[in-house]
Amino acid sequence: MELGFTTAAYVVAAVLFILSLGGLSGQESAKRAVWYGIVGMALAVAATIIGPGSGYWLLSLILIGMGGVIGFQLATKVQMTQMPELVAAMHSLVGLAAVIVGFIAHFELNRVAGMNGDETKDLGTFAALLAKKTGVEIAILRVELFLGIFIGAITFTGSVIAYGKLAGKVTSAAEKLPGGHLLNAGAAALSLICLIWYFNTGGFFPLFVMTLAALFIGYHLIMGIGGADMPVVVSMLNSYSGWAAAAIGFSLGNDLLIVVGALVGSSGAILSYIMCKAMNRSFVSVILGGFGGPAGEQMAVEGEQIAIDSDGVATALNDADSIIIIPGYGMAVAQAQTAVAELVRKLRSKGKEVRFAIHPVAGRLPGHMNVLLAEAKVPYDIVMEMDEINDDFPDTDVAIVIGSNDIVNPAAQDDPNSPIAGMPVLECWKAKQVFVSKRGQGTGYSGIENPLFFKDNTRMFYGDAKASLDELLPKID
Amino acid sequence: MKIGALKETFAGENRVAMTPESALQLQKLGHDCLIESKAGAAAGFSDAAYKEAGVTVVKTAAALWKDADIVVKVRQPTTAEQKKMRAAQTLISFFNPSANEAGMKAAANAGATVIAMEMVPRISRAQKMDALSSMANIAGYRAVIEAGNNFGRFFTGQVTAAGKVPPAKVLVVGAGVAGLAAIGTATSLGAITYAFDVRPEVAEQVESMGAEFVFLDFEEEAQDGAATGGYAAVSSPEFREAQLAKFRELAPEVDIVITTALIPNREAPELWTEDMVAAMKPGSVIVDLAAEKGGNCKQTVMDEKIVTENGVTIIGYTDFPSRMGAQASSLYSNNIRHMIADLTPEKDGVIVHNMEDDVIRGATVAHGKEITWPPPPPKVAAIAAQPPKEKPKELTAEEKSANELAAFKQETKTQVTLIAVGAALLLAVGLVAPASFMQHFIVFVLSVFVGFQVIWNVAHSLHTPLMAVTNAISSIIILGALIQIGSGSVLITLLAAAAVFMTGINIFGGFLVTRRMLAMFQKS
Repeated sequence: MELGFTTAAYVVAAVLFILSLGGLSGQESAKRAVWYGIVGMALAVAATIIGPGSGYWLLSLILIGMGGVIGFQLATKVQMTQMPELVAAMHSLVGLAAVIVGFIAHFELNRVAGMNGDETKDLGTFAALLAKKTGVEIAILRVELFLGIFIGAITFTGSVIAYGKLAGKVTSAAEKLPGGHLLNAGAAALSLICLIWYFNTGGFFPLFVMTLAALFIGYHLIMGIGGADMPVVVSMLNSYSGWAAAAIGFSLGNDLLIVVGALVGSSGAILSYIMCKAMNRSFVSVILGGFGGPAGEQMAVEGEQIAIDSDGVATALNDADSIIIIPGYGMAVAQAQTAVAELVRKLRSKGKEVRFAIHPVAGRLPGHMNVLLAEAKVPYDIVMEMDEINDDFPDTDVAIVIGSNDIVNPAAQDDPNSPIAGMPVLECWKAKQVFVSKRGQGTGYSGIENPLFFKDNTRMFYGDAKASLDELLPKID
Repeated sequence: MKIGALKETFAGENRVAMTPESALQLQKLGHDCLIESKAGAAAGFSDAAYKEAGVTVVKTAAALWKDADIVVKVRQPTTAEQKKMRAAQTLISFFNPSANEAGMKAAANAGATVIAMEMVPRISRAQKMDALSSMANIAGYRAVIEAGNNFGRFFTGQVTAAGKVPPAKVLVVGAGVAGLAAIGTATSLGAITYAFDVRPEVAEQVESMGAEFVFLDFEEEAQDGAATGGYAAVSSPEFREAQLAKFRELAPEVDIVITTALIPNREAPELWTEDMVAAMKPGSVIVDLAAEKGGNCKQTVMDEKIVTENGVTIIGYTDFPSRMGAQASSLYSNNIRHMIADLTPEKDGVIVHNMEDDVIRGATVAHGKEITWPPPPPKVAAIAAQPPKEKPKELTAEEKSANELAAFKQETKTQVTLIAVGAALLLAVGLVAPASFMQHFIVFVLSVFVGFQVIWNVAHSLHTPLMAVTNAISSIIILGALIQIGSGSVLITLLAAAAVFMTGINIFGGFLVTRRMLAMFQKS
């Protein structure tokens, strides 16, 4: 009776979760969809507390409440520019939780295995479930457990490092220990040996060694990936946290965990795929870190970067009818989104057509720029995706590049030897005039010279993005 | 270093190689500036203005030659001036090296360095010092103004109370720098402007200036401007015939013709023949910017304005830049200033004559007691003409539907393969795994499938909220902890409690931040 009720609740919750993700296809339906998710989660937790987890329900509720307070604090205080850090931090919690749940399952498994038939009668619910398992099922359970802990541990350290990189607490450059990927491969091989060992003995030690190895892989893998590849890393970790949940779901025999884990896992996988596609790089090459690519001689860049001051930009903007703004991570760093929004508001009130062009990998998180612009109250219907707007540049008077570099690099199209050759880029140089707001003359993350800056119709608007825009704003009339 | 500008001695020359403004910039590079008294008078710059800019005014040319380390001027130096060059002195000026062997010899013998402004290579980096382009720009503008001055009608069409005025028709032959400037001026005065050039790739530039490009019905290998340093080359006789035929067709229609066709180191090609002049309406004007090299129209008289028997005015002036002394001086002095900036890489007033630098090497015709003309070809190619772009082929309806069908078949094939492989894998797993596992496994596979279907539809702009919400729901792992918390030892309870606590943070944090983000997305 009770179990039947729980299962029914799980089915409803699963449907609600699917609807919740499906609702994200549009801005308006998404506002409703998030409620589906909340209700689904409440239902699932309530059904579990009433049903199989009823023993310590008060403690559980108190703990959830405490966590909720902290979660509330985090969610309301976080700056939108810090979203990537928050997401990474939350991934690490999921990973750690998966590791803990996996270990508990292991302890329980061993405890139950050591009992005889009579003792099993007064076991708790979870242990009772384990006690019913046959030999083969226990073997499979061990593999599932092992996988859950393995993925969870990688997610945990990986997310912690990703958080550190995004928050600027760990260097965002790609760094590897001597030995590079051999170390990762070694750790992976060690884990595989532990799996066989654990499969046969069921002892604690191999599980523990594997956990250490997995923690190391997570740490070392993400350390070796540079800042601008973070969109891929974060979505990959998102995917892993899902797979970890699914693996734990298998070992606990809980279908809801499996469903949700699979949903989240595939969602993260698709995001990673989209990000990689936007950089024209294979997933493996991103994860293994660093820019490889054909090492031919790159085209020499001819010309010089010509600077312009805010008066010049203002004059051009006042004369322009159509303007496209291309924001990048630099805008987030300079916290310039409100200044940008103010500029857009002023220009639009003059009847000019102003739009944003968003490259899929702009920023440090998929969709990062959209959220920043939304926070600054830029209406989402003037924020365009790359494919929607790329053909409009030739008819545009002014393109403004704010804090992006590689995503507007014409070398991706012109120079087959460029490390980013073939990467889809925003063709802003086709606009009549291009202004680039940039701090200095340095190259982008990939260290590639950007011929855009040397083009005849490009002017460099040097300085901190926010300071530059604040200087520019009063001059727009 | 002391930089001195001479007063031009050539009759009627109004330009000067240094303006008060350029002097200020030169001083920022660490140089001292001198100027010969009254040098800027004809261009509208008084000695007082120079003094105010911190320039020392020198009474005579002789004193300036003696004092200055770098002498700048506009016109090619006269024989008398050439004799004044001394060792370790640099002269920056137009020098006409191809017809000034004597001048280069004089400079080399004296040990002076000469930088000839017309020799600045045509590469992007050197555009700022390209005095020929600066002057051509002015000539193009002035050509239209002179034409208007001699043309008895409006440029722009008007409908007035007194009647309708048709717009003037202007033909610009040769769309180089001067041609483009002329096109820009003519179109902004309101004339209907046609333009012709032997390099079809400039059609885009011409059209962007608002003129109509005159295309010939002629199939020939397009000239590649890059091979000739961005200049036009000699065309084949057949091409010339086609071109002249087109001009003959246009001659009775156009009111103003501006010819700017020059080929480096050659006499100007005859493009506007006598019969075309005869075919033009009385009152029409021809401005021949190639007059110095014999003219694109053979009736042109250099430096003069003539009127033909049928009333067509032909202007053959060669001093258009000088006619706009102030403008020409300010542009030319800027070209000089940029050249000196390149010669002063450290901005410390010390000249480094780097003969490895393409631009400096190219422009230097005498250096270190030797004649260094002609220069070796520059290492960087000239401003390249874009190779003609292949237009994507328009597909016919049948081809389109065939393509669609092929794509559809391909898609079906991949899908069927995927399903087959997936099913085979599932079966293989089913053969070994127990039934209890398979139940869960099917749920898993279906969920992955549903996930893929659903996530593809998520708007790109909502990827961050998607990550936050998946974060929240992946905390469903809390269920595992909740089930375990009540079963077993203290250690397990503690561990499970920690997991519940952490996932609790995640659930609330994830959902709330998602809501916060979604609330921000607003429509205009």
